[in-house]
Amino acid sequence: MDYSKAGLRKEEYDALKARLGREPNDLELQIMGVMWSEHCSYKSTKPLLRLFPKDGDRVLLGPGENAGVVDAGDGLGLAFKVESHNHPSAVAPYQGAATGVGGIIRDIMALGARPVASMDGLFFGDPEERKTQALADGVVKGVGGYGNCVGVPTVGGKTVYHESYRGNPLVNAFCAGLVPTDRMVSSQTASSGQKVLILGSKTGRDGIAGAAFASVELAEDGSGVPSIQIGDPFAEKLLIEACLELRDKDLLVSMQDMGAAGILSSSSEIAAKSGIAMTIDFDAVPLRAEGMEPWEIALSESQERMLLIVEPEKVDQVMAVAGKWELDCAVIGETEKGDHYRILWKGDTVADMPASVIGSDCPEIPWPSKRPKNLEDRWNFDLDSLPLPENWNEEILNLLGSHSHRSRKEIFEQYDSMVQTNTVIGPGSPVSAVRIEGSDRIAVMSMEAQPFMCWLDPYNGSAEVVARSCRALAVAGAKPAGTTDCLNFPSPEKPEQFWTLEQSAKGMAEACSSLNCPVVSGNVSLYNETANGPILPTPLVGTVGFVENPEELLSSGNWRERDRLFYVGMPNPRLDGGSYLQNKTGRIWGKPLDFDGELENEFILRAIETAKRRAASSGMPIAGGGLAVALAKEAGTSGLGASISIPFPTRRDVLIFGEGGPRAVYSVPKNRLVLFRALWKGYAVTEIGQVGGNRLTLDDLVDLSVSEIRESWNL
Amino acid sequence: MNVAVVVFPGSNCDRDVVKAIKHATGDEAELVWHGETELPGETDLVVLPGGFSYGDYLRCGAMAHTAPIMADVKRHADRGGLVLGICNGFQVLTESKMLPGALLVNRDLAFICRPVEISVERNDTAFTSGYEKGQVITVPIAHYEGRYHLPEDELDLLEKRGQVAFRYSGGNPNGALNDIAGIFNEGGNVLGMMPHPERYSDRAVGGDDGLPMWLSIKRWIERTGA
Repeated sequence: MDYSKAGLRKEEYDALKARLGREPNDLELQIMGVMWSEHCSYKSTKPLLRLFPKDGDRVLLGPGENAGVVDAGDGLGLAFKVESHNHPSAVAPYQGAATGVGGIIRDIMALGARPVASMDGLFFGDPEERKTQALADGVVKGVGGYGNCVGVPTVGGKTVYHESYRGNPLVNAFCAGLVPTDRMVSSQTASSGQKVLILGSKTGRDGIAGAAFASVELAEDGSGVPSIQIGDPFAEKLLIEACLELRDKDLLVSMQDMGAAGILSSSSEIAAKSGIAMTIDFDAVPLRAEGMEPWEIALSESQERMLLIVEPEKVDQVMAVAGKWELDCAVIGETEKGDHYRILWKGDTVADMPASVIGSDCPEIPWPSKRPKNLEDRWNFDLDSLPLPENWNEEILNLLGSHSHRSRKEIFEQYDSMVQTNTVIGPGSPVSAVRIEGSDRIAVMSMEAQPFMCWLDPYNGSAEVVARSCRALAVAGAKPAGTTDCLNFPSPEKPEQFWTLEQSAKGMAEACSSLNCPVVSGNVSLYNETANGPILPTPLVGTVGFVENPEELLSSGNWRERDRLFYVGMPNPRLDGGSYLQNKTGRIWGKPLDFDGELENEFILRAIETAKRRAASSGMPIAGGGLAVALAKEAGTSGLGASISIPFPTRRDVLIFGEGGPRAVYSVPKNRLVLFRALWKGYAVTEIGQVGGNRLTLDDLVDLSVSEIRESWNL
Repeated sequence: MNVAVVVFPGSNCDRDVVKAIKHATGDEAELVWHGETELPGETDLVVLPGGFSYGDYLRCGAMAHTAPIMADVKRHADRGGLVLGICNGFQVLTESKMLPGALLVNRDLAFICRPVEISVERNDTAFTSGYEKGQVITVPIAHYEGRYHLPEDELDLLEKRGQVAFRYSGGNPNGALNDIAGIFNEGGNVLGMMPHPERYSDRAVGGDDGLPMWLSIKRWIERTGA
């Protein structure tokens, strides 16, 4: 077999031969093709990922495990991670999205955690196209179909539409779970003389070579598409309960989910991370199909399977738990001393390589990097060329009703957002919040992505993604404890695209460092492009923090009669890269605001205090669509209007629709005015009006009824 | 009161019911595995919780009604014991013929999760005495197959006998006949409903209009010594 057919580059093949001291056989070559694919090895991005800060006050487990874990207090850890399932969703929207949800849930389970909340980041093409509608419908039904059945609430998410996602939609799935810190399970704790078990569904021909598929561009003719994995959320539900029972009975040494590259990656990763050797006997693997070849067994991505490492004397007890939950369970191998990773089949050794080579040793690729020539062209928006709106009411209603800002209830109402009865703030708000059972504490999460800003200015745009996520948490009262990221980018092999990826990672790294928000887990998804072009650079983050009790959680959409309204933040936003400008001119252009860590930190500290000391009744970070959309959403959700008057140091449209930088709108009850002003003293803060009635008015520019707003927004 | 919450493989609201009952009444409900053949002695109330029993890959509730524990659930109901089926539990009750009718796929062919308004049609029952007759309460739904259906003549009979427990009042989310959200059996001791009272039993997670149901049941049991 030719190494290139296995997906290896010449350098990688040579490196492999050097490490083995011999030619690999065909099976070994196929194995390495998948294990050294971008999806499994991060060979293009490892140096970039090293830029991210990994440590923080609350970090219990950083990158390297199946998910990161932060301290949730009272002896509990919150494990969380986001992962992409982009290419499978392009080919099979329902199953692709469903198995994406299933996969991320297993990542959380692999730490011994009970999954408690999911979110989804969805990026689709032009929503007016029937093709997009059908695809989006399939994806949404897939996310719901899996999450609803498995009993994990989908509490929030993000949906973005742009034509670049037309043939290559993005489906990013986030999951968080809770685990007592003294019962955390690791994939790095195996030692020799233990048994290797497979628990869950039988292994079939579904999803073979999915990892390799994820690492190439999508072909228009559908060639290169592997068999798709089929999700069975019922089996996953049983698997969750069984794994938790195994955890509670202390029957596990180590655990790893089987995602990309199935048995092979899960077992070789445990071996490599634990520094041990392993022999797997493929004759012992429960199979779903007859006549499966060793490479098929090795690379099958059949869903709902976990790999367990168990002490020999506990195997019977594990089998009993599996039996109770009606799950297949089989001993398929054992751990040994050394560094070999051996596969037996029909009594023969069919592969035998160092575990360290398979698990971690992929050569990195220093792709050439080149700043795009036309970057300045993207910035050439001249504010003077844009006339002021003639009809402000219409502009605001159009913006609210646009695909950028319309309420996503048609999507999120298809998700069970309440199961487990801990959802304090569900979908449709800037943050989602979930009660941590057994304590007063609340986990607050936000998912954020800004592909338009990132395309215009990958460094600052990507920093803005992190900042927006942290701001939303801070306004709700939570200090960011950690974040997880999914770097969705096109092929790194084109120098301008690699430059964009590099800049984006640097911008994120700076924002994470200066906001003290470490990256504890994540995923990279490259090669998101088709013959029609690349996707916009789309780094996505899911950030998590905590508030100590429900009174310290500040929600949005909670205006009360006679509350005073405050605009907090510098009056220097920009239309550049924002949704108003895009909506108005049909173009993405301009130069987004530069990231300012000091200003962000000041904002975050004060915002957290505002929530903690209950100095406001409602708070809304100003994000997409600017102040206008923030006010309209507050009014629409609260069912109350307000009369607002703003002194304009800049053009009125800039202040009303501009984006970027730390900004928020607060409504403050009369008896908290002194406290609120004291908390924001020294920061840019302006009183802009008062809540009341059923109309939202702004000087002589805007006069809208709350019902008009709700209708346009599709609330 | 002694409550048994049946756990089918795929149930996912079982622990939510236990939590809601504890929050509302202080009582500890017991989880009972579907493979058991007998309910715990002294059981006053059996709850069949929401979820996807056996994955619901056949028809919702179609597998669950054949579970070993269900024979004893039926005996319990026949003795006049209280049985409450919520969402998937309601589907199990219709599949097992403990309640008439069937739950079909929603009118809009989509799963719906949101709080809805329902009216309390009767308040002279074990489950609803804590409400006013005609009171409108807000309780969430979360289902794909929740459109209540019954042949017309049987529906007339159901109405005539006053077996309708709850009706959607702020718009019918799923196309259920006569806006039916929940029904009793003839004896009034078995209730099936699509909305989830356990989800709105604690104001911290959205609302507490479901809370009076648990208190009604507890009071009823204490009064009748059932």
